[in-house]
Order: sequence, then structure tokens, then C-alpha cells
Amino acid sequence: MAVHRELFNRRLHSLLGVVPIGLYLVTHLVVNHFAVYGEEEFNRAAGFMGNLPFLILLEIFVIYLPILFHAVLGVYIAFTANYNLKNYSFFRNWMFALQRITGIVTLIFIVWHVWETRVQKALGVVEVNYSLMESILSSPFMFWFYVVGVISTVFHFSNGLWGFMVTWGITQSPKSQKITTYGVVVVFLVLSYIGVRSLIAFAYGV
Amino acid sequence: MAEQKTITFIITRQDGPDSAPYEETFEVPYRKNMNVISGLMEIRKNPVNAKGEKTTPVQWDMNCLEEVCGACSMVINGVPRQSCAALVDELETPVRLAPMSTFPVVRDLIIDRERMFDALKQVKAWIPIDGTHDLGPGPRMPEKKRQWAYELSKCMTCGVCLESCPNVNDKSNFIGPAALSQARLFNAHPTGEMNKSERLDGLMQEGGVSGCGNAQNCVQVCPKGIPLTTSIAAMNRATNIQAFKNFFGSDNAH
Repeated sequence: MAVHRELFNRRLHSLLGVVPIGLYLVTHLVVNHFAVYGEEEFNRAAGFMGNLPFLILLEIFVIYLPILFHAVLGVYIAFTANYNLKNYSFFRNWMFALQRITGIVTLIFIVWHVWETRVQKALGVVEVNYSLMESILSSPFMFWFYVVGVISTVFHFSNGLWGFMVTWGITQSPKSQKITTYGVVVVFLVLSYIGVRSLIAFAYGV
Repeated sequence: MAEQKTITFIITRQDGPDSAPYEETFEVPYRKNMNVISGLMEIRKNPVNAKGEKTTPVQWDMNCLEEVCGACSMVINGVPRQSCAALVDELETPVRLAPMSTFPVVRDLIIDRERMFDALKQVKAWIPIDGTHDLGPGPRMPEKKRQWAYELSKCMTCGVCLESCPNVNDKSNFIGPAALSQARLFNAHPTGEMNKSERLDGLMQEGGVSGCGNAQNCVQVCPKGIPLTTSIAAMNRATNIQAFKNFFGSDNAH
């Protein structure tokens, strides 16, 4: 693969964004939604996820390494573009810019989020459960930081799905690309609802 | 006689490849149905700027004057397009002219599009038919395929797609949409198809098809209406399949 390293890296970047990172994101958001049904329900679901067999290996190979690769190459991609929305304010050009902006926002959010939860748990400072999230999100600043972070992440994933379909040559015709746009809008709305609904449950207990 | 109506041209000029760009304003006598090039010709006839100072004539590139050669591309009122096809009656005044910023400036509005020809070499955008003896007629092409391939063949390497692309810049080595579409054109040709993998290899090299970020400005600005983003997605598919064939091995990897 040495000959076509750039192509290989870009294709791997596209694939990792969906499998496993995208799949993990959907799982994470769905499990969070248990918060809506109450503290016990959430703690039971989070406890199941947090006590999976081979947890550390799953985390390393399904989450940490793929996200690390995706983030490093992603930041490089974001900073090698020449944004020109002023002269070309087409819909796709906006999506192009937003994909890169949300990528950076999402990276900042994830670093903070992982520091606050997983790292603190590893250091033995906190337990990851409902009351931890409740205490974080009861601060209005952190609540809005999480809202922005979740919506940014979901946008990056949804629009990334559209890009995935083009990068892998699945959607070729303008018509199929247009219909995929409608499809990913639905994905964005549904996942945003699930994510923000859980945040409201943590913060306000409703 | 009534006073002559004039059109104001504000032109971004540059005396040489390494000198600093500056703006110069010209008042050009209006003529009915004039295009940007006829305006530039008036300046050449009488190189006096709006302040009444004598200056050097503005340099620009042109050839066919009917929007098929691509030589006279420049940024007109913020939009990259061919100056021969830009009618002054349809433009906002003052008319602002600037060289396309993606390319190195030679002088004034003349730019060097060599990178586009290098890109065509990278993807081998031609059909090798030379031999030591007459090879006879090649295979026939289905009419329906000819119809869409003909649209791709309208590319005149004008550079407008590269100018609008956010990923074509000096921080990246992306070769731009034009060459990607040309690789598709020659791979669609029944004789060209015999060297398909060589063109795909060019697309898979650094700066090739993976440089596209799907901003899709190219397809919006292409003066020939070439379905560039369809071509790019098609080449994404073709290079993926080729990469799998190369890695796993295939008798059809030629």
C-alpha cells in the first residue's frame, strides 16, 4: 500500500468515521436515552456497557485508535482547505465548510468529555453514572457546551455519511446524491433529538 | 454629438511573476454588444488610465473567442469565467477583472495553467494507438455511452473548476476536478479502456481522486456544464475497485 498511501489513508479515514466510530456514536446516544426513563434505568444500561468483557480491548480498537486516526488526519484535512464561501455560497460548499468546522468543535468536545468521564473514572476520582452526568449538566454553561457538542457531533456524522456514500462510489448520479442528502437530514434530526433529549433528562430530571 | 458613454474597468494588474499586484482603473468607451475582451482591446489601443496617465497596456490571454479554448479565463466580478463570453451589457459596473488566484500569474491577467497539463499527464488522459503496423479499426462504442462521454469531452482545461475548488491550493497537491473527469472520459472509450488501470493508477497517486472534499463548486461553475461531481464519484468507485483488485489479485486488474 506504500505506493498509494494518501488514497489508503483517506479511504481508511472515511471508513473509520462510519465503522466503528459512527456505530459507536449511535450506540452511545441510544444508551444515553435510558436517562429519560429514570436514574435506575440509566445506571443499569451504563453499567452493562461499562462491564462488557474485554472492555479495555474493545475501547482501544473500537474507539480510541480509530478516533485518534480520524482526528489527526481530519485536522490536517480541515487546515489544508481554502474556504471560499464568500464567492461560492452553494449548499454543498457550506456543508464542506461545516463538516470541517464541526469536526474541530467535535474534537474539542470529545477531548473534554472523555477527560471529564472516562479519564476521571480511570484515575479513580469518579464513578460514571447518572449522578455524575447530573452534576456536570446542572451547570448551565456545561449544559449548553454539551448541547453544542452533541449537535456538532451528530452533524459531522450525518454529513459524513453523505460523504462516505460519495467517497466509496455508491452515490454517483446527482439524483442519488440529492436523495441521500434528504436521508442524512432525517438521520441528523433523529439523532439530535435522542442526544439532546438525554441531556435535558440529566440536567432537569424531566 | 452626445457625450460618449463609458464603462469603468477596475483591473488587478501585476507587472511580472514576482512583482506585487495593484489595481488600476480604466474608462473604456462603450459600444453596443461589447464583451470584456473588446473592452481590453480598447485599453490596448489607448493605454491611458482613469486618472489620464499613460500606462502599459493590460496583458491577457485569448485564442478562440468562442468559449471553446479556455485560454481567456479570468475572475470577472468575483466569478471565474471566460472573458470572451462575458458580455458587458450583462455585467454589473464597474467591471472588476482579476487573474485566477489558483494559478501563478505571468503578467496582469495572464496565468500559467501548466499544472492542469501536468495533471492530464498524471492520469494519462490520452489513448495510445501508435504501433509498428496498422492495428485496424477499434471496437465500437454504444451510442448511449457516446452521448454522455461527449459531454465530458467538452472540457477545455480552462481552470474555472480549479479556481472555485477549496481543496486546490498551495497547501494541498490535489490536481483538481478537470483531470479526474478526463480520466473517466478516456476510460469510457472502448480503445482507451484497454489502458484503464494506468489512468486509475494516476488517480490513486498523491493529489489524485482522494483530494476531493465534495464541496461541489466545480459542477456549479463549469462553463461547459460538465457533470464533474458525477465523474469524481465514478472515479471514486473505479479506484476503490481497482485497489481491491490490486491487493487481492485479479485477472481483470489490467
